[in-house]
Amino acid sequence: MSYLALTDADREAMLEEIGVSSIEQLFAEVPAGVRLGRELDLRPAMTEQELTAYFEELASENGHIGAELSFLGAGMYDHYVPAIVDAVLQRGEFLTAYTPYQPELSQGVLQAIFEYQTAICELTGMDVSNASGYDGTTVAADACFIAKHATGRTRVVLTEATNPQVRQVVKTYAPGFGLEVVEVPHRDGSTDPDEVRAAAGDAACVIFQHPNFFGVLEPAAELAAAASDVEALPVAHVDPLSLGVLEAPGRYGCAIAIGEGQSAGNYLSYGGPHYGFLAARSDFIRRMPGRIVGETTDAAGNRGYVLTLQTREQHIRREKATSNITTNQTLLALAGLVYLSWLGPEGLREVGETCMALAEHAKKRLGLPLLFANQTTFKEFGVRLGRPAQEVVREARERGVHPGYALGRDYPGMDDVLLVALTEKRTPEEIDRLADVLAEVQAP
Amino acid sequence: MAVAESYPDDLRYHPEHDWARLEGGEAVFGITWFAQDALGELVHFEPPEEGATLTKDQSYAEVESVKAVTDVIAPLSGEVLEVNGAVTEAPETVNEDPYGAGWLVRVRLTEPTEVESLLDPDAYKQHLADS
Amino acid sequence: MKLIYEKSQAGRRAGRLPEHGLPVPELPDELSRTEPPRLPELAEPDLMRHFTELSSRNFGIDTGFYPLGSCTMKHNPRVNERLAALPGFRDLHPHQGEDGAQGALRLCWELQEVLAEVTGLDAVSLQPAAGSQGELTGLMLMHAYFGDRGEDDERRKIVIPDTAHGTNPASVTMAGYELTPVQTDARGNIDVEDLRAKVDEHTAGLMLTNPSTLGLFDEHIEDIAGIFHDAGALMYYDGANLNAVCGISRPGDMGFDIVHINLHKTFSQPHGGGGPGGGPIAVGKRLEQFLPVPAIVREGDRYGFDYDRPQTIGKVRGFYGPFGVFVRSYAFILAYGPRLREMSEVAVLNANYLLARLRDAYELPYDRLCMHEFVLSARPFKREHGVTALDVAKRLMDYGFHPPTVYFPLVVSEALMIEPTETEAKETLDSFADAMLAIAREAAEEPEQLKSAPHGRPVGRLDEVKAAKRVLVRYGFEEHPDLSGEPAAAAVADAPKGV
Repeated sequence: MSYLALTDADREAMLEEIGVSSIEQLFAEVPAGVRLGRELDLRPAMTEQELTAYFEELASENGHIGAELSFLGAGMYDHYVPAIVDAVLQRGEFLTAYTPYQPELSQGVLQAIFEYQTAICELTGMDVSNASGYDGTTVAADACFIAKHATGRTRVVLTEATNPQVRQVVKTYAPGFGLEVVEVPHRDGSTDPDEVRAAAGDAACVIFQHPNFFGVLEPAAELAAAASDVEALPVAHVDPLSLGVLEAPGRYGCAIAIGEGQSAGNYLSYGGPHYGFLAARSDFIRRMPGRIVGETTDAAGNRGYVLTLQTREQHIRREKATSNITTNQTLLALAGLVYLSWLGPEGLREVGETCMALAEHAKKRLGLPLLFANQTTFKEFGVRLGRPAQEVVREARERGVHPGYALGRDYPGMDDVLLVALTEKRTPEEIDRLADVLAEVQAP
Repeated sequence: MAVAESYPDDLRYHPEHDWARLEGGEAVFGITWFAQDALGELVHFEPPEEGATLTKDQSYAEVESVKAVTDVIAPLSGEVLEVNGAVTEAPETVNEDPYGAGWLVRVRLTEPTEVESLLDPDAYKQHLADS
Repeated sequence: MKLIYEKSQAGRRAGRLPEHGLPVPELPDELSRTEPPRLPELAEPDLMRHFTELSSRNFGIDTGFYPLGSCTMKHNPRVNERLAALPGFRDLHPHQGEDGAQGALRLCWELQEVLAEVTGLDAVSLQPAAGSQGELTGLMLMHAYFGDRGEDDERRKIVIPDTAHGTNPASVTMAGYELTPVQTDARGNIDVEDLRAKVDEHTAGLMLTNPSTLGLFDEHIEDIAGIFHDAGALMYYDGANLNAVCGISRPGDMGFDIVHINLHKTFSQPHGGGGPGGGPIAVGKRLEQFLPVPAIVREGDRYGFDYDRPQTIGKVRGFYGPFGVFVRSYAFILAYGPRLREMSEVAVLNANYLLARLRDAYELPYDRLCMHEFVLSARPFKREHGVTALDVAKRLMDYGFHPPTVYFPLVVSEALMIEPTETEAKETLDSFADAMLAIAREAAEEPEQLKSAPHGRPVGRLDEVKAAKRVLVRYGFEEHPDLSGEPAAAAVADAPKGV
């Protein structure tokens, strides 16, 4: 199977035009000392049919959503992806295009990104959004980079209740950025604004997740105020599907809003590719990493869209760039735009309400001790099982149900905690089944 | 907007394409015709704050066109007395009138002897020819 | 064409959720949304028409020839889309434990092995999301390696040629290193004497792509490797141009210690209008312990994660990398097998054929056989007819082609960087060459055709100066200005003049 189109006659004619007698001569300048000199040790070429058989075999060895009933969340969620998303993404003019450097040929992608930027600004209450970041973790590193250059400070504060992978990625980027990372512990599942204020005295930014990794709603406005009180930039890491019911970060004093876009229009796909979103107040527009699309006109006054403020980007500023991001996650962000347009404002509110309603129902129906009984949650909550959650997961899976995420690997003293996620794809009957299976595996 | 190339006699020049107009213990700085021509129409000027200390040969501001951004180098050391708000509002003023309305900052000189290191118009034109 | 927001009507919607009949919990006022977001309100038929209309205003590889140098715009096989959509991959939750992900883990592990073989190195991490993230990861590995040897404080410099892709210097800054540029000689190779003078005990490493962005294989690569290794420094290979040398010369054999691969370039992951991509990195044995966690490992016939890597640099993105991209790239590689070599041979043949057809009509800055791409200059047109590389690019659109990369690399003025890739038929190459020759003639005889191009596209040349000054980056609803009334720029923004 190959995708080559040249015939033997073509090759001969081409070699003649070039003035060489063999393809080998085209590689004459590659020194002998660096030649491979043998065939690549790879399995023999497969036809499309053989590829399909092999990949179906690999795929069949996975416990995907559908193969079992799943309540897994913890940063990635089984939300419904409507068919129109697939239909739009499979259009070759989107799928097989590259970065819109030639705007006259790329008004489709450029306008779509402009519409996506608008949607993100509407969700977050911010003035400017970029065209996407890699995922919900790297946009946190991006936010730290913006904050460092905006404030001149070299410390960043993260809440412990923020997704562990987000914190780990920030810590990986921090040394290169010259940043010190400080964490503020959670108190019974949420974060104390006074502790944030005390920790952020010299900080460039404070990043908090809302709802947080435990599914708990933080005192978001107070956390933002606590950061602002000491002149650190408040950065909210938010769930896009919560923003139909939860207040926009731009309305409660945040400078930057970031998050993982997967819930809005992307399949799980074992963790990627998805898109991260990043939006900010207008003060920060020249420090934004990534692509930004702007509106303009041509000489005849026709409205059109172009990549703008490109001097921020790697291909002009080079060593002074705000980031090195080039290829980002455009197609996945397009999926996000299609999804959010399919939902509309009513639909977005309903998704949020549905998740909350199902989660509340599940809490009652499961009847298990809640991890943080005094906290308000969104679509996810922790329960204590009284025995290692990982064992419960294994036993439940044998009965065709994945009951949730075992929190013990991320937080001390939580080995018996299961984080259960309820999306709008779950039903009361499925919750009954979860309750029954958990009761079964808990039975002495 | 295409103003003719010129390097006025009453100014002194820095090899990084900046000029200084000396006025007693103060000076006014800007970028030369060559610099604005190379950048194209300016879309943004990122100025220093009033009171900021500038050091000769170091960057004190940024100017940006659609395709490029560049540091503006201080021809002399000084303390910023005034920033040209007209350029912050309308950066293209620099292209229209790089030596007049397009001035960038006024400073109080802190090391007046540095003036000797600057180029006169002929030396600067020679520098351009050599590059 | 209207924006989707301009097509909205209050009260319309496309999607509906199933009814659950459960009570909706109250939220405290201080947390509740006050103003709903102004998302579009359309029914599905108009939604589909809107995105279809947008797609009709876009050009992809499926539309036509797309010779964007340095991007490797090869055909995106459709079977790969089907495979990535298999529910066992598409609907697999990343927190699914190892027991429930053996198929996915095996795919990842096998892809790692394949990439190690193709690059000639020992260990691979699939985590980085794109080439530039791979670069940053590679530089972090350098810090870790030298830190482990107590040399990190002294070794602050990364050497980069003046032909480098812009991501390289930006990555250097993000990683906290300093840049040492090195010149290119008249044959398009790194100037070895310049290099010798600049590499010393303060050098951490080199970032290089080979062949370079000029499409030329560096004839002194062995000497270069010697200079860096003698100085105790590391060599990083930017895999953007790997399409030229698969199965012929491997970066590991050239002397490189760290390589990133662009899955969306060499291995056919669709570009998606600007992403997603994949930027896995391969390293030599001595750097393996620093790779991001988790590592994906095999024990017997079981696949799993290894988080026990005490010297890891950490995590550069969530989970294990862009898994959907791995499915497509791995399928692409399996479709070729050892015949990947032929893929590179044809890429190089196609490029040399175009070069042979165009070299007399355009200026050729470096008179050598090229690899998978080559650079021409439109400088004579500018000098003699006032026509620029940008004008050539715009006129090519009228002939039905996507233009090549223009104004890069920076060392060539009025540059046109052309990369046909191996999936193009000879007829397509000939049509493109014919168009380029016609444009060369037009430049002399009818320059207005070029200067007024493109014709027949939804928009003409757009005023980028206005975009940068007005900074309209989202729809403003009732407050959205009408820019058409504002004075058009006298001359639409020209290409950089090499500041």
